[in-house]
Amino acid sequence: MQLTLWTYEGPPHVGAMRVATSMREVHYVLHAPQGDTYADLLFTMIERQDRRPPVTYTTFQARDLGGSTAEMVKDAVAEAWERHRPQAMLVGESCTAELLQDQAGTLGQTLGLPIPVVPLELPAYSKKECWGAAETFYQLTRAVLADRVPPPGTVRPTRGEGVRPRANLLGATALGFRCRDDVVEITRLLADLGVDVNVVAPLGASPEDLRRIPEADFNVDLYPEVSRTLCGWLQRAFGMPATRTIPMGVNGTRAFVAEVATLAGLSAESFLERERPGEAGLDASRSRLAWYSRSVDSTYLTGKRVFIFADATHAVAAARIAASEMGFTVVGLGTFSREFAREVREAAREHGVEPLITDDYLQVERAIAEAAPELVLGTQMERHIAKRLGIACAVISSPIHVQDVPARYSPVYGFEGANVLFDSWVHPLVMGLEEHLLQMFREDFEFNDRAPASHLPVPARAPQPADEALAPPGAPEPAAAPTAAPAWSSDGELELRKIPFFVRGKARRNTERFAQERGIATITVETLYEAKAHFGR
Amino acid sequence: MTDLSALPPPASGTCTERPRSPVAVLRERGQREVFCGLTGIVWLHRRMQDAFFLVVGSRTCAHLIQSAAGVMIFAEPRFGTAILGDRDLAGLADANDELDRICVELLERRPDIATLFLVGSCPSEVIKLDLAKAAERLNARLMPSVRVLNYSGSGIETTFTQGEDAALRSMVPVLPSDDDRRLLVVGSVADVVEDQMRRVFDGLGIGPVAFLPGRRAADLPAVGAGTRVLAAQPFNGETVRALLARGARMLEAPYPLGAEGTTAWYAAAAREWDIPEATFEAVTRPLAERARRALERYRPRLDGRSLFLMPDSQLEIPIARVLAREMGMRLLEVGTPYLDRQMVAAELDLLPGAPVLSEGQHLERQLDRLRAARPDITVCGLGLANPLEAEGHATKWSIELVFTPIHGYDQAGDLAELFVRPLERRARLAV
Repeated sequence: MQLTLWTYEGPPHVGAMRVATSMREVHYVLHAPQGDTYADLLFTMIERQDRRPPVTYTTFQARDLGGSTAEMVKDAVAEAWERHRPQAMLVGESCTAELLQDQAGTLGQTLGLPIPVVPLELPAYSKKECWGAAETFYQLTRAVLADRVPPPGTVRPTRGEGVRPRANLLGATALGFRCRDDVVEITRLLADLGVDVNVVAPLGASPEDLRRIPEADFNVDLYPEVSRTLCGWLQRAFGMPATRTIPMGVNGTRAFVAEVATLAGLSAESFLERERPGEAGLDASRSRLAWYSRSVDSTYLTGKRVFIFADATHAVAAARIAASEMGFTVVGLGTFSREFAREVREAAREHGVEPLITDDYLQVERAIAEAAPELVLGTQMERHIAKRLGIACAVISSPIHVQDVPARYSPVYGFEGANVLFDSWVHPLVMGLEEHLLQMFREDFEFNDRAPASHLPVPARAPQPADEALAPPGAPEPAAAPTAAPAWSSDGELELRKIPFFVRGKARRNTERFAQERGIATITVETLYEAKAHFGR
Repeated sequence: MTDLSALPPPASGTCTERPRSPVAVLRERGQREVFCGLTGIVWLHRRMQDAFFLVVGSRTCAHLIQSAAGVMIFAEPRFGTAILGDRDLAGLADANDELDRICVELLERRPDIATLFLVGSCPSEVIKLDLAKAAERLNARLMPSVRVLNYSGSGIETTFTQGEDAALRSMVPVLPSDDDRRLLVVGSVADVVEDQMRRVFDGLGIGPVAFLPGRRAADLPAVGAGTRVLAAQPFNGETVRALLARGARMLEAPYPLGAEGTTAWYAAAAREWDIPEATFEAVTRPLAERARRALERYRPRLDGRSLFLMPDSQLEIPIARVLAREMGMRLLEVGTPYLDRQMVAAELDLLPGAPVLSEGQHLERQLDRLRAARPDITVCGLGLANPLEAEGHATKWSIELVFTPIHGYDQAGDLAELFVRPLERRARLAV
């Protein structure tokens, strides 16, 4: 039993939903009690999906537990087939259904539907979301490719003369971090190298697309948390090699280009000629990061203490970028992905810090407080922690919130991704000269180290009596002539305090205007509500 | 421990049947797109400032609450989840020890907590982890500084707001007994709404008045033959029936939503307290007129528009009544997760026309009906809102009706405004 306030990962069936929701022509029947449908809102609200996730829930209740729950699974599968006609169906259970032991997956298969029905066994009490996504992606692909696996020992035919090499981009999912834009960025990068993309999956793929996976020359293991399991199987069953480099940061992208070139049997020489590590100037790289970091303005970034906690892939890559592309000092590195703890431990050794492998939010908070960094690179959870501790923060990994799914193009992979990282990591920090001034004049009441950086908005803070009369920032209101201002009775004032502070200023002004217009000298609770009825919200 | 298979469906067989105009009900079974009762913790832990809610459940439960709360609560929340692992499933004895350890640890961190609710979930119910026993064990150790109560917010037993009912129901046995005359308002209302209501009751000369839940869980109102129960929310049927079993009497009234419902709600108390008509008029008329003025400014935007309510919060019937009777909206379908006739008798009497009243849900069939009906506004859960908007339907999230002060005279306008906003937004946008 583990006490938790917030969790980094959902249960494994949410990982399965991420795969199903990313794809087309797939339907997932989930044996789950009433209430588990909450997971739909992760997709429709956080990621603003405009379609319901392709999931049918059995939503059983106590009265169904007498023995009819197995029938509910069969009915749900049959109904989902009738209504949606998918190319493949996933059938699985959430944590409670697992305890009922209805064997939902097997039940789904007994219906004899003319499509692959893939039973998903995702142990909810020992595994989590990312594992569930990886397992689902693997099981589904394996099922649709069952008849295409060549006999052991078959030699892969070599690519014909003059045929462009092809790669699959694997692992991008809904609710992943910036997957939508990373796929575009990497597709462009490969095209520049002379490599075509064969299949992108799960994002946007149908089961028929999955059947074309073996037609590529190699796989790009884009998000190992989701795609490593499948890449391993494709290597064993089809002899397809996969990339190991994550194309994040300038150096990561350069190394990725070199690795792709090797796998594709191409030369990256002319491509990398334009990438000149160690040289200054805007034309030393396709990314602006290299020059921006070398420009004198960035001097103040030197040795900034940064704490990194994220999924393993983004954490390890971010640590390398922080150290060698931004000139920061890594003071903490960790992950909640236990499946990839080894990689993070190795990286932590590289940076000379203790690795933090945990999914306990409180432990992460303690570690950050102890390390006292100037910048936290983390997830939505670290955004909470950093806010509480008053530390700058940028989000680099799922779990995410709605603001981490921006409308604009903002990959974190590839050369453009490096630009995005530079901007988003530098933005929360106090800028160079401002930092100096802060140290010179420490007693200024408006401009001190407790105030946020001058280019950042003033954060909402706890209401203080002195604030209440203030207009919102940017809209200073001239003080009313003292003679005309109506007075607030103590009960009126008290009632006003019950109004949330972010609208209190408006309520105060409206009420005073209302009272003034009607010649009311003292504002009571009644005046407040009369005014509210008059003006509306 | 409840024997799950022996549980009757919610509220059936316990209604006090009286001759009423029959309301035809479409009963549906199938996928239900609703939250489970654990969601109630999101507002209950704010309403009762000295209470902590510890869910004993799975990773799914923890994920649900943080998703429903939008991961937006920056302060350390007064709720948490004790996540069951493989080891707990293997040995229940160890699970009990583990639970005790976690509770003690938790209370050491939070010395300000006076009431600890152990909240059962689907998995804890299915493995028959006895939280009542656990509460007993912990009470022996922790009373009087902390009282431990338990209830189930599981999806197999509770739907969304029913979680509040289960929480309040668990408090009823520990309420002190006396037969003094008092008014007990049952159901969470916003703090500001409680204060307004107290002022009106004071003005009418009705008192003493207690609220369940109050601002502090440790301040328990007494209950007995003199207690008159006035429900502020329609989803607390089991709590009300438990109070009746302790001698209280229920004042039947519509809910204090909209000007009309609020007046009728106060009137039910006024009749019981024999308040003279003139006093009632003097106190409520100006307030009701003010509420009507507030509603009037929004009425032109809603008048004649059609409304479809998916089942979710149990507030569907009273909300439909306000919007139909006071704002002139046309009701196409009023869905409710379950129909507790005792709790909505007065509401059903007021519901105009012959809308489809549906109980339970078959999501896909209901969406078919919705698409065919093409309502002007649809009330639905968060999972459905964006997909319906993308299909061209204006929506209102039902969870907003639970998280926003909408009760009483001075919130009547706010309630209407919630429904005007999606239309207003669509009118503004030209993209």
